[in-house]
Formats: sequence, structure tokens, C-alpha cells
Amino acid sequence: MIRPTPGPAAPSLAPPHGEGRLNLLLAVALVAAMLLALMAGKIWLPAAAWDFGDPRFAIVAELRAPRILLAAIIGAGLGVSGAAMQGYLRNPLADPGLFGVSAGAALGAVCALFFGMASATLLPVFALIGAGVTMALLALLSGRSPSLVLFTLAGVMVSSIAASLTALAISLAPTPFAASEIVLWLMGALSDRSWDDVKLALPLTAAGAAVLATAARGLDALTLGETAARSLGLDEHRLRAQVVIGVGLCVGASVAAAGVIGFVGLIVPHLVRGLVGGRPSATLLPSAIGGALLLVVADALVRAAPTVGELRLGIAMALCGGPFFLWLLLRLRRTLA
Amino acid sequence: MRAAGVTLSLGGTRVLDGVDASFARGRVTALLGPNGAGKSTLLGVLAGLRTPDAGTATLDGEAVASLPLRDRARRIGLLPQTAEVHWDIDVRSLVGLGRFAHRDERTATGQAAVDAALLATDTAHLATRVVGTLSGGERGRVLLARVLAGQPDWLLADEPLASLDPAHALAMCARLRDAAAAGAGVIVVLHDLGLAARFADDAVILDGGRVIAAGAVGDVLTPETLRAAFGVVAHFGEVDGVRTITGLSAA
Repeated sequence: MIRPTPGPAAPSLAPPHGEGRLNLLLAVALVAAMLLALMAGKIWLPAAAWDFGDPRFAIVAELRAPRILLAAIIGAGLGVSGAAMQGYLRNPLADPGLFGVSAGAALGAVCALFFGMASATLLPVFALIGAGVTMALLALLSGRSPSLVLFTLAGVMVSSIAASLTALAISLAPTPFAASEIVLWLMGALSDRSWDDVKLALPLTAAGAAVLATAARGLDALTLGETAARSLGLDEHRLRAQVVIGVGLCVGASVAAAGVIGFVGLIVPHLVRGLVGGRPSATLLPSAIGGALLLVVADALVRAAPTVGELRLGIAMALCGGPFFLWLLLRLRRTLA
Repeated sequence: MRAAGVTLSLGGTRVLDGVDASFARGRVTALLGPNGAGKSTLLGVLAGLRTPDAGTATLDGEAVASLPLRDRARRIGLLPQTAEVHWDIDVRSLVGLGRFAHRDERTATGQAAVDAALLATDTAHLATRVVGTLSGGERGRVLLARVLAGQPDWLLADEPLASLDPAHALAMCARLRDAAAAGAGVIVVLHDLGLAARFADDAVILDGGRVIAAGAVGDVLTPETLRAAFGVVAHFGEVDGVRTITGLSAA
């Protein structure tokens, strides 16, 4: 054993960074945003309406509450998935959609729409089947090979195949109405969601997030690169399974409940990473809370915006996300230059 | 630690060809050889990260490849050649990763090991710094501290001097000697023959995947072996009692 004796000068520091404070701050902001979001909408509902006796209570309890809760669940799932993906691939530009789970789930849902089986219960089921098939394909394609490049490429290919099949379904849609329905659905939205959607998304997302939490230490070890991580005793096959299953559950649930909503998983881990000191494990929880906060706020703005129809949440996120991504690239270029 | 008949092909090329070598605790063994000789691959086999096609690497009589992951990781520390650090984390957290297999980086025991490793590598003053702000020499020392924090019985280092200036290279060699003095078996891939002659107890010279010389460093580093392995005519000198070896010309 190498046991150099610690001298008196050893500076013993408490575990660094204000992680706890950040998480608390984000959680308080999330609760506040959710309460505010209950009031926001085309019709402004003051807190006085939150009463059984009030005729407007139905709007609060049956329309806004499930929608806001769903936004929080999906945002949390996408945020934590993005943080895990970026940690696993050691790439700040990774997104939870990269493995193709999101495209696969979307394809599943599109199949339901295409064949006219898109009832409120069947569509999510189809989407989940799509996500599951994608995950199984990924496992088959990458097998037991430890190559991260092979795995990532497999994900990108599965994703593009699913996207092209989705495009095929649109072009072959039996009626123009079916085609526009598919296109609209693909854009992602939280309008007209009910408690059923919450019941679907909550357990799946919670399970996915729990799986990702068990991967946290492994993600930290990967900071040193694959060789060093393996020498530290990391079981990379187990870690990969944890990441794929965790991300698959979260993203599959989110697509099933709300369609494809991009950029949350890309942006949020970035925003929190610098505040928690870069460790992948420390970004998971704040990314989940931050993702929930972002989506609750974005959805409330979309609802309250004085547009004729409602702006699709997926479009709104892409509109914010695109410029952010560019800003990120510019910043990266500056640090690399 | 022993390698017995270790043979390994990578992508159709035989990289290791029946390598026999033994290594001792408390000593520094230099692993020498020209580029492509199979040094890093042998280190990977000894660390249990590569499974040989034939032959075995054993640690105290047990096959390294069949040791449980955590057990292996606690006993064998590896400092890979690529000094990767992918996120801008602070030095203390980085060194704390050395406690991964012990699962105690958040406890007093783990932090004591981290403190000791920081002191041993003269990096305690860097503990709160972010890795991205370190110089190459500081980074090398911090990464060594990461391995030392795991308190392994064996320390395997792959070209730890690669990006270090002469002063830092000497300091790194001194740290490796300290580790051996503390009881660890140190196996280090080196390219500087002079530093190998000065700091190593033993040496193994590989060429084309075979061991062409092994034993005490003074017996192994001879004009004949250096001509055979590296194809150079070497000058052996002595300055103030310190041995020097310089490659003079291609043989």
C-alpha cells in the first residue's frame, strides 16, 4: 500500500460548490413558477379561483394543473437525460435525442396516427413501443463492443432511419388531414393534456431518473477517459445499460405524452454545469429541476401569449434553442481558439 | 506480478508474442522499447484491461483478468498515457476519483487519502483550482495524485514524462521512487534511457512484442541491447556520479 502520511498542512475542505443551495433555489423557483402558471393563460385566473365553489375551478383542476404537472415531469426527464447523455458521451453538444429513442418514439406515435388508431390511450402506447424497439435495436447493434464511437453512430443511424420512415408516413398519409395531424403532433405540445397523461408519464420518468441517478458515479469516472475509468473499476457495459434505459424511459415517456420537444436536454445541463463545478454527477439533479422550470415557464408563456391559435411548445423551444445553440458554438469556438 | 507467455493480436497484428516478465513490489521497473514494441499493450494486460489471446498476467498467483473489478481496481492503479480530463472539475474532485473503487470519496477516510496524495505530489496548494487552469506539469502531478489516492499495491504508469519539461520529469521520477519506497510495485513505460538508468531498479526491454532483455537495470541497459532494440549507438557516461545514456547515431 502506498500510504504517505498526511502532514499538518493538509487543507481539509468540505465537498465543494453550492450544489445544495442551487438545487434549493431551483426547487423554490419551480414551485413559484408552477403556482404562477396556474393563473396564466388566455384567461387570467387569480388565486381566488382555486376553490371548489368557484365556477372557474374546473379550468384549474382539470386543464391547467395536469398540464403544468406534465410540463414539469417532461422537463425534468429531458433535463436529467441531457445531463446524463452529455456526461456519458463527454460531449457538451450531446442531446437526449441523439441515441434515436426520441425519433423511434415519434415514429411509433406517427404509426398510430397513420393507421387511424390514435386514441388518447393507443398513441402513447405506440410511442412507448417505438422507444422500446429503438433501445432494443441499439443494444443489438452495439452488442458487447465497448466502442463508444460505434454506439453513438448506431444511435445516429437508428435516429435517421426512424426520421425517414416518419417522413415516408407523412408523404403517404391517406388524407391531407392525417398528414397535417402527424406534422402538428410531431411539433410537440402540451395542450389539452389530462391527468391520464400525467399518470402515464410520471412513473416512467421517475423510474428513468432513478436509473440515471445510479449511473452518477460512473459518469464521474468517465471524466478521466475510458481507459482510466475502466482501470478505476468502472463496469462500462453496466453504465451503458443504465444510461440507455434511463434516457429511454424519460425520453420515451416525454414523447408519448407530448411529442418531440427539443433543446431542453441540451440547454439546461449547460446552464447549470458551470454553477456546480462540472462534475457530471452534480449536474443531474439541478438539470432535472431546471428542465422542469424551463418547460413550465415556456408552456405558461405559450399559453398566455396573445396569439390567435396556440403556439406549439415544440416550436417555441426550437425558436429559443436554436439561437442558444449558436451562442454556445460561438463561445466554444472562442475557448478553443 | 507476472506475465507468462502473454500473446495478443490487435486487428490481425501480433502485438505481444509470448511475453514472460516478472515484477517486484517495492521496486521501480522501467518498461523500455521502441515505438510499437507493445509496451502500452503489455501495461494494459498487466492492469487487467486487455485479455491476452494466450498466456496470463497474474497478481499474487491469481489471474488479473478474473479478479473482481473493484478488487482489481483497488490493487492496481493505472496512469494512462492520454492525460484526459473531460470536464472542468476542481483538483480535489479529480483526485477524489481515485477513491472510486473504495466508494468512500465523501468520507473522512477517503478525504484523508486524497489529502495524502495531494501532499505526496506537492499539489495540496492546487486543491481548489480548476483543472483547465493548470500547467502541463501541474496537471501531470495531479493525475498522478489521482492514482496515488487509490493507495494501490501496484502503480502502472504509461509514459508519465511525455509532456513534462526536464525539471518536472525529474520530479515525476522522484515521486515514482517515493511510491516504490512506500512499498508499491511501480511499472513505468519510459523513453528516456538516462532517466531509466538513474531511477529504475529493474528494466524490461521489449521489441516487436518480445522481451529481448530483462533484469537489473545496469545489466539490461548495455550497448548491445540498445543497438538491438532501438537501433542506436549509445554513449554511456557519468557526470558527478550520475549515469547518463545518450543515443548518438543510428546503428
